[in-house]
Amino acid sequence: MTRVLPPGTKELSAPDALIVAPGIATPGRASPRGPLRREGPAKLTGVAKYADDLVFPGAWYGATIRSTEPHATLLGIELDDAFDWSQVVVVTAADIPGDNVVSLIRDDQPILVPIGGEIRHQAEALCLIAAADRGTLRSAKRHVEVRTQRLPAVFDPLESTEEFSHLEVGQGDLEAGFAEAELVVEGTYRVGHQEQLYIENQAMIAVPHAEDGMTVYGSCQCPYYIHRALKRSLQLTDAQAVVVQAETGGGFGGKEEYPSMIALHAALLARKLGKPVRMIYDRHEDLSATTKRHPAVIHHRTGVMRDGRLVAQEIDVVMDGGAYCTLTPVVLSRGVLHAGGPYRCPNVRIKGRAMATNTPPNGAFRGFGAPQTEFAAEMQVNRIAEALGISALELRRRWAYREGDTTPTGQVLRESVAALDVLEAAADASDFARHSEQTRRAREARQSSARVASGIGLAMGWHGAGFTGSGEVHIAGVASVELTDEGGIRVLSAQTEMGQGTKTIFPQLVAAELGIEEDAVEVAPQDTSIVPDSGPTVASRTAMVVGGLIVKAARRLRSQVEAATDRPFADSYREFALEHGGLRVDERFEPYPNVQFDDATYTGDAYPAFGWACAVARVEVDLDTGEVTVRDVVSADDAGRIIHPVLAEGQVEGGTLQAIGYATIEEIKLVDGRYLNDRLATYLIPSALDAPHLEAILVEKPFSGAPHGAKGIGELPMDVGAPAVVAAIHDATGIWIHDLPATAERILAALTGAPTPAAPGVSAPAPKRGAA
Amino acid sequence: MSYRFFVNDDPVELEVPGMRRLLDALREDLALTGTKEGCGEGECGACSVLVDGAVVDACLVPVCQVEGSRIRTVEGLGSEAELSDLQAAFLETGGTQCGICTPGMLMAAEAFLSSGGAVGDDAIREAIAGNLCRCTGYTKIVDAIALSAKRRRLAELGTG
Repeated sequence: MTRVLPPGTKELSAPDALIVAPGIATPGRASPRGPLRREGPAKLTGVAKYADDLVFPGAWYGATIRSTEPHATLLGIELDDAFDWSQVVVVTAADIPGDNVVSLIRDDQPILVPIGGEIRHQAEALCLIAAADRGTLRSAKRHVEVRTQRLPAVFDPLESTEEFSHLEVGQGDLEAGFAEAELVVEGTYRVGHQEQLYIENQAMIAVPHAEDGMTVYGSCQCPYYIHRALKRSLQLTDAQAVVVQAETGGGFGGKEEYPSMIALHAALLARKLGKPVRMIYDRHEDLSATTKRHPAVIHHRTGVMRDGRLVAQEIDVVMDGGAYCTLTPVVLSRGVLHAGGPYRCPNVRIKGRAMATNTPPNGAFRGFGAPQTEFAAEMQVNRIAEALGISALELRRRWAYREGDTTPTGQVLRESVAALDVLEAAADASDFARHSEQTRRAREARQSSARVASGIGLAMGWHGAGFTGSGEVHIAGVASVELTDEGGIRVLSAQTEMGQGTKTIFPQLVAAELGIEEDAVEVAPQDTSIVPDSGPTVASRTAMVVGGLIVKAARRLRSQVEAATDRPFADSYREFALEHGGLRVDERFEPYPNVQFDDATYTGDAYPAFGWACAVARVEVDLDTGEVTVRDVVSADDAGRIIHPVLAEGQVEGGTLQAIGYATIEEIKLVDGRYLNDRLATYLIPSALDAPHLEAILVEKPFSGAPHGAKGIGELPMDVGAPAVVAAIHDATGIWIHDLPATAERILAALTGAPTPAAPGVSAPAPKRGAA
Repeated sequence: MSYRFFVNDDPVELEVPGMRRLLDALREDLALTGTKEGCGEGECGACSVLVDGAVVDACLVPVCQVEGSRIRTVEGLGSEAELSDLQAAFLETGGTQCGICTPGMLMAAEAFLSSGGAVGDDAIREAIAGNLCRCTGYTKIVDAIALSAKRRRLAELGTG
């Protein structure tokens, strides 16, 4: 069935999944492809202002002096007398007026390491310098000497004794499940770091106010995170700290928490100097110092019956948080909650712990813990399918969640479950069964002299939309729709545009509710002095959670105006504003009906709703070199009601390619806790030639808790691409690659029986002194 | 030293060190910030501009090398009110997301389309292989360039 309902449809009866056929005209929707990207013309003409494009006359350039050791005591910072220090400003920890901490979950990460303090990773910030020009700044940097006393370093999370967090979820009787099982399959899977690699490097510019106060302009996902950090460490009031998002050239989680650090650095320099300070990272600094996806080691033990029934799942997840906590407990929790995959199992126990190592802190990256654990889960399902002699597609048909099933936290999936829908959509579109048969025959007929092998692989997944557990209740985000005094309509929220389409879909949602043109709806700038705190732009929450708030706000605005004018909103709002003045409706988050979570026991509704995805990848493996070419990928994704098909497809296509990079080439190697490939010449991401043909299929299974039926889409495709590619490599070659990425080196080692390359994500020790 | 060249058909004269990066000359001396810096070492293509019709990374080209040349940047394509055919195609297909790779991508695509070679998926991908995009998976960028190529061919047929 192909059916599309217009956005803002009042009554939702959670119909059968709808598959959107892009480009097909649909009654009720002005344009089936959605309005054009709101800020598109500015981006296409070079007019859009990213942080580094902003000009502040008299601004100085800032730089960060960093550690070059993974673990040490900071004994002193010496400024060379040979340099004229009157031409620069230097900031150390002693210059911080408030708390020396980057405000986040735990107060462990300093803004700058104080003298006598502990350096916990390479690239840790020790002091700051600013100069009027870049040349002076470069020479000043060369004249700063840092004295340290080295301490022993820990690089392997399995050897670490320092834990950031742990948790356990489960249901049923695990022992009884394994006692009943006729076959037990075990596996250990390891994944390494991944860099977000937004093409715009991190950048912040701090501008001191004439009176007390500071405005920071920059590239970020979460203006209010920075606002809180500035208030606390610079001792500013709500009004004295102002954060303004510049046009942001990609985030993918990488601009969730690290921008707070850079903003604090720029602001501390600007405060001491009394002039604006630009803190613009180059690619090398960005790669060396900012957060990456958490490496993880995931062990599975699964009990099944010969007829294919799943009876027991025991999963152990260990994540490497790096040197500081950042968002690690939340990443771990999302990883653990998704670790079983979208499959019903009566007896489950999933344990997770996040450990500290002396490597730069890991943080948010699209998928937020789930791509790691779902890679392991899908590897395990594919290996079990092979062991049982049941096709990977058929086994998933039997195991996939249906409405009414219960997850390991005891969450009953009451509605909006599209696991089977995405599975069948992807299998159909890719002709999975026929291609599997072809690759099987080719494999059996293959001569030992063959140079290339083709394979097809399938993986499915799920992704909880919005914050985990009670997160949305704690955030209590507020978003607003305003009828201005002049008769304009504008949306006010802190949700940032970083390419995903916030500025296009919000006017769409409001316009549909008010019965007016999209172009008549303005989006207020993401400036903390103007917009309310609607929460961070993370966790695939913008369209579902904040989109829901603005739909409700728009409905209230409409009814208030219509009650006063007794005419349709569209015909009367301008007149209303002229007569009565403006009217602003603030909408605060209220828990979704029947969604409850107990933080203490970690039971209940872990997410208000889940999105569902299935990817099928076809690859070619060069049997001489181990090199993989991903030919095409079909990804079917259910994100509830689709607001804008073109933008949604863009999310699926882009997320899928990031997952392919994760699967095949994106790996960070470390020595002595330092990233070795810290340049774009050495950290590779897929180019247009590496990218396969991508087909995005949008499946719509609306969520009734959101007034517009939307769930999140941004992270979903990231969960399924990598295991699909590795399954395809197995289909081609017969080898299982347990470690991500499945690089040519790992594949060749498995093909030839050569020693397995080092595990991903774990640093080699420092080279011995005096070694040749 | 003084260097003279043309940017988007306007003559310019700059009094700068000869080794100053063309990228900095454009962005800081001429206030043309449409050209972006992504890596500073010729890997990402965000700073792609046309020098006498050829695509170059402006982060790798010193000003002394463009003396007398004709440089074209994203500011030399259409305006917000009147997008060029290529820019319009990017907007229609969804070929721009975060937008930071877009100016460079447009210049590489413009050079490819102007060269008049065969237009197909492989040729388009080859033409933009030096321009990294992290948002789109490239699908809609390739679609945009193909759409623009098709429209240009139709326009030629119409007037020819």
